[in-house]
Amino acid sequence: MSKIKLANHTIQIVKDVCAEFENKEGELINILHQVQHKLGYLPAEVQEAIAKELKIPVVKVYGVVTFYSFFTMVPHGENPISICMGTACYVRGAEQILDEFKRELKVQVGESTSDGKFSINCLRCVGACGLAPVVTVGEKVYGRVAPNQVKEIIAEYSNKNVTDDV
Amino acid sequence: MDTVNLIIDNKPVVVKAGTTILEAASGIGVHVPTLCHMKLSDLNIENKPGDCRVCMVEVKGRKNLVPACCTEVSNGMEVNTHSIRVINARRTVLELILSDHPADCLICPKSGKCDLQNLAHKLGIREIHYQGEQSHYRADTSPAIIRDIDKCIMCRRCEMMCNKVQTVGVLSAINRGFYSVVSPAFEMNLDHSVCTYCGQCVAVCPTGALTEVDETGNVIRALSDPSKTVIVQTAPAVRAALGEEFDMEPGTLVTGKLVAALKRLGFDYVFDTDFAADLTIMEEGTELLNRLSRKLSGDKDVKLPILTSCCPAWVKFFEHQFPELKDIPSTARSPQQMFGSIAKNWFAEKLGIKREDLVVVSIMPCVAKKYECGRDEFKANGNPDVDFALTTREFAALIKVSNIDFSTLPDEDFDNPLGESSGAGVIFGTTGGVIEAAVRTAYELFTNKPLPRIDFDELRGMEGIRQATIDFGGLPLKIGIAHGLGNARKLLEDVQAGKSEFHAIEIMSCPGGCIGGGGQPYHHGNAEILKKRQMALYREDKNKVIRKSHENKYIIELYKEFLEKPLSEKAHHLLHTEYFDRT
Amino acid sequence: MYKMHLLVCGGTGCRATQSKQIEENLRAELKAKGLENDAQVIITGCFGFCEKGPIVKILPDNTFYVGVESEDAAEIVEEHVLKGRRVERLLYTDPENKEHISDSKHMGFYQKQIRIALRNCGFIDPENIDEYIARDGYFALGKVLEMSQTEAIEIMKKSGLRGRGGGGFPTGLKWEIAYNNKADQKYVVCNADEGDPGAFMDRSILEGDPHSIIEAMTICGYCIGASKGLVYIRAEYPLAITRLQIALKQAREYGLIGKNILGRNFDFDIELRYGAGAFVCGEETALIHSMEGLRGEPTVKPPYPAESGYLGKPTNVNNVETFANVPVIFLKGHEWFSSIGTAKSKGTKVFAITGKINNVGLIEVPMGITLREVIYEVGGGIKDGKMFKAVQTGGPSGGCLTEKHLDTPIDYDSLLAVGSMMGSGGMIVMDEDDCMVSIARFYLEFILEESCGKCTPCRIGNKRLHEILKKITEGKGEPADIERLKALGNVIKDTSLCGLGQTAPNPVLSTISNFEDEYLAHVNEKRCPAGQCKALLKYEVDENLCTGCTLCFRNCPVGAITGERRQPHHVNQSLCIKCGVCLEKCKFNAILLT
Repeated sequence: MSKIKLANHTIQIVKDVCAEFENKEGELINILHQVQHKLGYLPAEVQEAIAKELKIPVVKVYGVVTFYSFFTMVPHGENPISICMGTACYVRGAEQILDEFKRELKVQVGESTSDGKFSINCLRCVGACGLAPVVTVGEKVYGRVAPNQVKEIIAEYSNKNVTDDV
Repeated sequence: MDTVNLIIDNKPVVVKAGTTILEAASGIGVHVPTLCHMKLSDLNIENKPGDCRVCMVEVKGRKNLVPACCTEVSNGMEVNTHSIRVINARRTVLELILSDHPADCLICPKSGKCDLQNLAHKLGIREIHYQGEQSHYRADTSPAIIRDIDKCIMCRRCEMMCNKVQTVGVLSAINRGFYSVVSPAFEMNLDHSVCTYCGQCVAVCPTGALTEVDETGNVIRALSDPSKTVIVQTAPAVRAALGEEFDMEPGTLVTGKLVAALKRLGFDYVFDTDFAADLTIMEEGTELLNRLSRKLSGDKDVKLPILTSCCPAWVKFFEHQFPELKDIPSTARSPQQMFGSIAKNWFAEKLGIKREDLVVVSIMPCVAKKYECGRDEFKANGNPDVDFALTTREFAALIKVSNIDFSTLPDEDFDNPLGESSGAGVIFGTTGGVIEAAVRTAYELFTNKPLPRIDFDELRGMEGIRQATIDFGGLPLKIGIAHGLGNARKLLEDVQAGKSEFHAIEIMSCPGGCIGGGGQPYHHGNAEILKKRQMALYREDKNKVIRKSHENKYIIELYKEFLEKPLSEKAHHLLHTEYFDRT
Repeated sequence: MYKMHLLVCGGTGCRATQSKQIEENLRAELKAKGLENDAQVIITGCFGFCEKGPIVKILPDNTFYVGVESEDAAEIVEEHVLKGRRVERLLYTDPENKEHISDSKHMGFYQKQIRIALRNCGFIDPENIDEYIARDGYFALGKVLEMSQTEAIEIMKKSGLRGRGGGGFPTGLKWEIAYNNKADQKYVVCNADEGDPGAFMDRSILEGDPHSIIEAMTICGYCIGASKGLVYIRAEYPLAITRLQIALKQAREYGLIGKNILGRNFDFDIELRYGAGAFVCGEETALIHSMEGLRGEPTVKPPYPAESGYLGKPTNVNNVETFANVPVIFLKGHEWFSSIGTAKSKGTKVFAITGKINNVGLIEVPMGITLREVIYEVGGGIKDGKMFKAVQTGGPSGGCLTEKHLDTPIDYDSLLAVGSMMGSGGMIVMDEDDCMVSIARFYLEFILEESCGKCTPCRIGNKRLHEILKKITEGKGEPADIERLKALGNVIKDTSLCGLGQTAPNPVLSTISNFEDEYLAHVNEKRCPAGQCKALLKYEVDENLCTGCTLCFRNCPVGAITGERRQPHHVNQSLCIKCGVCLEKCKFNAILLT
């Protein structure tokens, strides 16, 4: 078994979340949601720690993590970009939007830019089909996105981060 | 009891309510092919995910085809198992499986014994109409098991065995969709996991996705090396199963032919692990009596129950899962390792050769034995007590590759001094056998009276957990038996909670004991085969002149000449071991 | 008392276009004008007319402002609230006669709608239980608690309500089965794992009227004898989750859920469980496994959840829209409900109409209405005056219907008969520019990503279907491929374990049967009639129009264009990657796309 080499405070977060759900095996998905919300992703060591708390084999945790597309074992970028690939968005040109993001950021779906600022993912319908095609950056929803807006959207965050860094 | 009337392939059938279409059809000789489904009746083991979709049949009035394995019959049902719609669907489904499966049957370790290959043959597949991308995963070789999961067909049998039956929890389906496969967490290698190498995943895998590490090449090389003396031991369960590899009836005892085959293969001495089993009884039985008498004299520190320790998968299981109980099992090494230790430390000296020039091979019903002989505590200066452990299946392959016509071999006898055994040693191969052997010896040593009877039927059977109380001259000795690690876990949890009332517990990892070991000829889901192997071992025991370990004259001599007495310092050094916390 | 109410749409769609800012500005303006005691700003659920969002509606005069921007707040307050004059420029313009329409009743989009499940969406503040109660909320629950369980179930059966999540199983019967299975514990589950891409009615109901779901689940709990309810909701719906949590808290405070509800010997409470991005979890056995913390793999039925469901106990699973209909049935009576709709499909159905249509949005129409009425009257016809080509109903598992099906009445059985299905109510309209082979491929891509991988036909069969479709759209198709798609598709339908696999080939089979010509064009002529399949496109220079300006030559990323200045250029087809830059850059329309 790989040795758990997590910082103590990370382990404490995992323990607290598990305890909040009474270390119940049946709450695994809720626990994974919470832990991912707090840590940003679910690396192997975190899954081991959760398995230990719930007293279940770690492969059960891994089987669940790899089943659900919401869970990730790699951290998202600071500004996670999701392109809705629902049907309504697809027929209104979501694929071109995705291509544009991939070209602008030079990353593939599921990857982060080398500076960690952006990551691209595809999303199932967010239910904002009236605004198709839809892109979300973090919590913010962009509707009726045209390929030539992609640069603007990226710039909005690149600049913001520069000022934040300063 | 409620009965159901239905029609299968135009024949009226009456069956019990709750019967599946598959069972009902089989009752009238209609054998609907299956792949993922596997049922070991009496052992309470069933894999029925209904996911391979090979056993689809047509039921009148239903919109879609239904899986025969998990559809219960109902009154008036009309089933067709071979309409053109069914055959087309079944063949298409099989072609789909084959389209994502390496077509390397010619060099696959499972060739000739593969359920998938057999099915392709049965359904007459000549062409795969839907070719496309195949899934690729990293192959994984551990000390005992090879995972070539490109060949996984997601039948989930191994997952069921690993989780439900063995409760080891190493394997699970991972990923989703086309890329889903059964794997350990993070696709780690088995040897980084808590795998016990019990090999039950291998025993039930219908394809070549899970197989044992093949050591036959190493054995052939050793046999042809003139500087080496090569000796062999064969475990008790092998003789009750090997015949199956040569198309003999399950349960045929082939002890004599087995010895003859080993001699023809060129082994210098052909010995019997049963001898070491008798030795194990001397040590383990004495240990039991020691702990018992200390307990009776009021020693509060003594650990009871004592747990048997012959099974390497079981040992690894508690080292991972119950490390806090590691001083409860007997410290006696397994018969394989006792044999190896005596061979390398005593017999080599007797022959006047260095231990490095003596090669000890064992023929085992087990894949975990491969791992066991590689454990560091069973080596001296890096030289292992047992050099190579072959499974029953590998042994059969070795016989075949050496052009030996097994069925016409004469019966021959084991060599001495390590080939003589009692009936007690023979029954080590079945669940309940080790503890029965121990009782036969411990009773007489404890009471100083001859056993009133030798057969202990109350210890026999196929129930997963059994218990019996044996009257030890007024002392009611409480015995527990578990086979299958899930059952073992239940007894261990009682021990952990201080609720266990047993004095001694026998544990074997594999369902049925070693007769159902991961290295045995494939049972293909037929539990009758296991029962027949079990009966064969009891038959062999009955036919033995000596049936108690302590009456084996070679055992008596070994103690006299070398070991002094059970649990002596020398015995302790050579025949006992220690356990490690692996968490 | 307020004299005026300003309803601002707070659905996800309108929120994305700054409705939150509109709300804040309206409040600020009212305060600045000292009108905060005369007019009240209320955030409501979705009005449905997402195409024209953000929407602000003013009561009591029913003025319906569309496309409102945050800067419009001052004018609305100044003109409408203060001076009582409508802001004409924010009114909806009738596309036919170009007249402004102020009352939504008179808009084509709303005229044919009957709102039962959506009755409160856009009318009440979903975060205020009093507004729900003011519209007879929880009155149905009170009525049901006066009845025996079997009486209430009987009403549900007589109403003819069928499951709105896809299968259309009679809801009353489902409840009766769960009622008849005796157990110490039973569960009511609300399936809010809305996964059909292009369907968002469940989200809108939860965002706009969460109490109706709580009330319905409590009624169901009483009927079947369950004391626990679970809502399995998509984690991607944060607003719906928040509003549901608020609603649960309020209902608990009012004693409408919890112990001894309305003073009766009946306990019922509801917990939330979150989905984690697996479409297959819409299937009830998969959903139950997911709620148990397992991989969301479906299992063979029977046993049905009504016999052995969550934690092995009898469990009744209904989806959001189904539940949303329940309180009204008890309020207005089963006769009223069953008077709407067709012989076998009663009541209304909510659809999310999207795609190439003018009025994108959420609509609720009576069963039996035709596709033509929905697309042309409610939906306002095809966008940009293009030709209607197909409409996909039933989500990724449904079928693509054509012009000849437009007069099909929308009900469970009629849609099945023409090779599609009701599904959860996604309705995606496609025009002449959409390639049906690509559309089929798109759906298969979705299925591939969402297949759980458990059974062979879905895991490998759909992969193979997709590979064949990909081959065809890349111009490598062979004539036999179409037959192979059909043969394989039919086996997948016939042998898959759950509904996902059993319906997965529908888009392929229905497009082959309705648009075979398009498949043949791809396969035989290597041509994509809709001009969508990149690999089949050819960019060429029209020598008569080309001025030799070299703009295309300079912009081509792969150097596929050659030519001298002031001479016609050429596209080297073997180098061309069909990126379309030349077409975009050419100022003389000299690039031909064929």
